[in-house]
Amino acid sequence: MSGSLLITFDKVWKSYGQGEATVHALAGVDLAIRSGEFVAIMGPSGSGKSTAMNIIGCLDTPTAGTYSFMGIDAGRLDRNRRAMLRNLYVGFVFQGYNLLPRTTAVENVELPLIYRGVAARERHDLAMKALAEVGLVGREHHTPAELSGGQQQRVAIARAIVTRPTLLVADEPTGNLDTARTHEIMELLTRLNTELGLTIAMVTHEADVAAYAERTIRFLDGHVASNAVNLEVV
Amino acid sequence: MIWETVRLSLLSVRRNVLRSFLTLLGIVIGVAAVIAMLTIGSGTTEKVKADISKLGSNLLVVRPGRPAGPGGPGGLDQATRPLGSKELAALVAHLSGARAISPASQKQVRVIFGTESLTSGVTGTDSAYLDARDWKLVSGRPFSDSEIRSGTGVCLIGETVRQQFFGAGDPEGEIIRVNRTSCKIIGLLEPKGYTGFGQDQDNVVLMPLAAYQRRIAGNRDIDSIYVAADDGTATTELLPRVEDILRDARRIPPDREDDFSIRDMTQIADAMASATTTMTGMLGAVAGVSLLVGGIGIMNIMLVSVTERTREIGIRLAIGAHEKHILIQFLVEATVLSLLGGIIGILIGLALAGLASLTLAIPFAPSPAVILLAVGFSALIGMVFGFFPALRGARLDPIDALRHE
Ligand SMILES: Nc1ncnc2c1ncn2[C@@H]1O[C@H](COP(=O)(O)OP(=O)(O)O)[C@@H](O)[C@H]1O
Ligand SMILES: [Mg+2]
Repeated sequence: MSGSLLITFDKVWKSYGQGEATVHALAGVDLAIRSGEFVAIMGPSGSGKSTAMNIIGCLDTPTAGTYSFMGIDAGRLDRNRRAMLRNLYVGFVFQGYNLLPRTTAVENVELPLIYRGVAARERHDLAMKALAEVGLVGREHHTPAELSGGQQQRVAIARAIVTRPTLLVADEPTGNLDTARTHEIMELLTRLNTELGLTIAMVTHEADVAAYAERTIRFLDGHVASNAVNLEVV
Repeated sequence: MIWETVRLSLLSVRRNVLRSFLTLLGIVIGVAAVIAMLTIGSGTTEKVKADISKLGSNLLVVRPGRPAGPGGPGGLDQATRPLGSKELAALVAHLSGARAISPASQKQVRVIFGTESLTSGVTGTDSAYLDARDWKLVSGRPFSDSEIRSGTGVCLIGETVRQQFFGAGDPEGEIIRVNRTSCKIIGLLEPKGYTGFGQDQDNVVLMPLAAYQRRIAGNRDIDSIYVAADDGTATTELLPRVEDILRDARRIPPDREDDFSIRDMTQIADAMASATTTMTGMLGAVAGVSLLVGGIGIMNIMLVSVTERTREIGIRLAIGAHEKHILIQFLVEATVLSLLGGIIGILIGLALAGLASLTLAIPFAPSPAVILLAVGFSALIGMVFGFFPALRGARLDPIDALRHE
């Protein structure tokens, strides 16, 4: 996969606190992700993975350095412009699923389309289609409480891809799942990556999960420690 | 998008029925109070105006005794000279701009027909009385001049008297006994109903003044003189003329005060109407305070709601909601909530006013403008008091919000 550059970090810093107590979550990170790539991000707890993911997903901005997304200097956009970028180009999958409680699967999946101003009928059709893509036919009208963890994560993935985003940001998507469910979800992500050409940036602690990706970036103390193409793609 | 949001907010109201209800209590009570007050108030005003116009329009009432105060009843102290035929004659002779001038003396007297009896307001007067008080006959005829002059035992009766003695039957030509003297019925008065003070205006017997004075009062006094103004003459214009003529007739020296009072019924009507308006306004202000309390309740519950749903806000923001989307969502929710309270309050307020109109015998006068205003006002309260919590939700940082819990 050698698409155009989708994401570049140019000496990105993210610092919290002031003076003595300053914590540098990211300390001058350089990295690049190409369009269509599936990248795993690993590293010990507190090494800055989530901070980097938030910047990649345009949820957060660097304290210093440049973050460019699709050639746009996304690190310097205001809140609402970043919200627009997220709505148009980014899908999110979180460790804790983050579905709206007491809201059916299809309504959860429709959510990003509401903020795009898609009409109700079309919204519903698109959401049903996305749920079918993640293998949840027949569960459309269940609420999160009525679904297993794996199924909830599928709903979250459907919600992330229903807008046909360019980038999927997944922060420990299998962190709450058992082994069997983990591999099902990873196969789904891999399929979305190859079939839809979806660029995926995924944080994980598990080597066998990272092995689904084409490349692994390792973080250590806010730096990129290593950046290697995975030798064997499962 | 808006409908989506309205639906969403109704869902969240339903999810917390008890909490929503308690939150709305302030608004419900406030709006119910305002609606009840204003509806009862306008009913009372209507009633007062109707009562006064029943009494006769553009009417001055002259009584003996110094005026007790503005609009108050004239006091009849020992030294007071009664009114008599001299004053009446002076007014008839000299007053211009009057449509009708009529004497009236009145007393509660036992009236008997056959074995039935009834205590009635018996009034001695003349034929101008009906004109002065805008009163009509349903049947029969008014007193003739010769009956007035000679004080014949004839009378006109009100609807209550007829019903007591004759049911639905024709009373004309029947003889009733009024205080040991007999009296032939020559006509039936049009029903006027009750006054605002619960007095039955149809429990009356009218007879020629001379007959009343001779057979019932036992003196030649006149209790009051009614002066009705011409259509083109204002009562305020007429009043000083009446005063001049009466001072002259009673030979009151310029340095002495009037020993009689003249009441302007139109002014009393206006004064009473404006008094009820003032009362309504004051009670309305009290109700306004409870609306304020209701608004604070809404603010409180919306702050709780925003806090409880921090994670939801985080998800929505991450997914691409703008600040304004979140702001609108919570504003709509607050507005729907307080509108709901407003509507419940309007229904309760109207029910209370309906109940009051039944028990107080005043007209039920709901005003569409007031109801619309209440709807608008409760929506406004939702928006105003919902704004701060909504803004707080909209300004949340998506990362912090997602981490919440
Ligand atoms: N909002 C914040 N305020 C202060 N420190 C933070 C904040 N977010 C992250 N950090 C710090 O930045 C470092 C990196 O955090 P994070 O990116 O979440 O690590 P990881 O996801 O790799 O476990 C940690 O030391 C963490 O305590
Ligand atoms: Mg993390």
